[in-house]
Amino acid sequence: MMLRRNLKHQLRYPSLTVMLAGIPIVFLLLFVYVFGGQLGTGLGGHGTGGRGAYLTYVVPGILIITVASAALGTAISVATDMTGGIIDRFRTMAISRGAVLTGHVIGSLLQTLAVLVLVLGVSLAIGFRSHASALEWLAAAGVLALFAFALIWLSAALGMAAKSVETASNTPMFLTLLPFLSSGFVPTASMPAGLRQFAEYEPFTPVTQTVRGLLTGSPIAAHAIPAIAWSAGIALASYLWAVRLYNRRRAAEPN
Amino acid sequence: MTINPARPAISAQAVRKSFGEHIVLDGVDLTAAEGTIFSLLGPNGAGKTTMVRILSTLIPADGGDIRVGGHDVVTDPDAVRALIGVTGQFSAVDNYLTGEENLRLMADLRHLGRAAGRRRIAELLERFDLTGAARKPLSTYSGGMRRRLDLAMTLVGNPSVIFLDEPTTGLDPRSRRTMWQIIRELVTDGVTIFLTTQYLDEADQLADYLAVLDHGRIVAEGTPAELKRRIPGGHIQLQFAEPDALRAAVSMIPNATPDDDQLILQVPGDDSIASLRRVLDELDDARIDVEHLSIHTPDLDDVFFAVTGHAAAAIEPTTRQEEEVLQP
Repeated sequence: MMLRRNLKHQLRYPSLTVMLAGIPIVFLLLFVYVFGGQLGTGLGGHGTGGRGAYLTYVVPGILIITVASAALGTAISVATDMTGGIIDRFRTMAISRGAVLTGHVIGSLLQTLAVLVLVLGVSLAIGFRSHASALEWLAAAGVLALFAFALIWLSAALGMAAKSVETASNTPMFLTLLPFLSSGFVPTASMPAGLRQFAEYEPFTPVTQTVRGLLTGSPIAAHAIPAIAWSAGIALASYLWAVRLYNRRRAAEPN
Repeated sequence: MTINPARPAISAQAVRKSFGEHIVLDGVDLTAAEGTIFSLLGPNGAGKTTMVRILSTLIPADGGDIRVGGHDVVTDPDAVRALIGVTGQFSAVDNYLTGEENLRLMADLRHLGRAAGRRRIAELLERFDLTGAARKPLSTYSGGMRRRLDLAMTLVGNPSVIFLDEPTTGLDPRSRRTMWQIIRELVTDGVTIFLTTQYLDEADQLADYLAVLDHGRIVAEGTPAELKRRIPGGHIQLQFAEPDALRAAVSMIPNATPDDDQLILQVPGDDSIASLRRVLDELDDARIDVEHLSIHTPDLDDVFFAVTGHAAAAIEPTTRQEEEVLQP
């Protein structure tokens, strides 16, 4: 029911969904056509160089940034709900404490998957090709979905923690920054030492590498486990945090 | 729903709540009988909303024994939630859905089932005069319509105890009257209503029993009539044309308070025919002409002033900020 409510919101006001898909598509085109020629040549070992090679390299990164930016929408919609009166109505009804949040999260997850399909479609249209088998595609989708699930819960918690809708649209911004500080757009080996260490150990890198490996055949052995561990860890911690905030909400607010 | 007058629908003993250093409720006791309208009256910041939030399981009290429909709000909140409906100060509606979809959502959450849900929704739309706007998005609704939809959503699950937190604040006089009518009808169905208001006339119009909350304490309680009786202030006011007439009347009637400038005489007494006739007969016998006569009975304003020590005017809202309507 809560899910249906959130899906209705998305259908009625598709502008948010369009915006969420728009950002990664703009990044994709920007990186491939503006920077791609130069960056592709610098890739070295990753193929024959040039724009085509960079397209192959960057698509997994773009898919990850899609997940990150789509998660932003969750913080906004959760915060909008929390600052309105309807949440108190839900809280005075005999419904499961997590249902409202779960509705948001599942709704956002479906939205994210739809946006991912859209972004992938644009990637294929401009020449992205993958040799992955059906099983590898499925695995890549699974990794992306799991990571999306984690970031959406994190975003939902941030939306709960925010005092206003404006704050909620700002605090998760770092999620769209982190993919740039990972192997999403350029190999970490090209970064200066301190940044490289950060990039190699932050969660976006193993996830990006795993998806990239599954779609383009680069090695994934070292990345898959951390990718899944990060996703599961973030999802669990964020879930607990969000539900705690939900139950405690407004307890300290006079009148 | 069975009505058991012996069992209070709401009972609260020694409820305390503070936010940090700030004590909001300082040992509040109250009892609302089943099938009645209980009104909690008080100025802004008296703790009315906090009391509603505690009774409706939204926030925990720091101490006290609170039961709604016989269930403890602390140990059995879900049993309480199954019984109650809450319409708060801020409209608890989903702005992104239509009126009908909002009601549908409530019906689904209350597990009414498809056919029963549809019947209930149609009935509520009809009763709250929202049928025409049922399929329009809420952004097109007026303040009064939103408030009606809000209450309709509360009623979807047939709650037996309804909390209305300042249900008419910010409404125009006509919408207010409509709301009052709806509230009165609810009680005839056996529902218990816990109403908070800062409007004295609203409490006077609706409440079977009322309690005045000020600075976190109940400073007076009783039926509106009981409270008014307790307060002196009823008098007959006589207006004279001539200063001589006023002087003559003063010499005749004991305890009367003259106002020489305005030629007015206030005679203490109630609004019974007997006391009125006695005064008029005496004046008539002495052939004193009275130009105008008016009767002043104590109203809740007098009560409020007497029990809280500050004038009722101070509690009237200056300008209430309308709730922010979130536009997509």
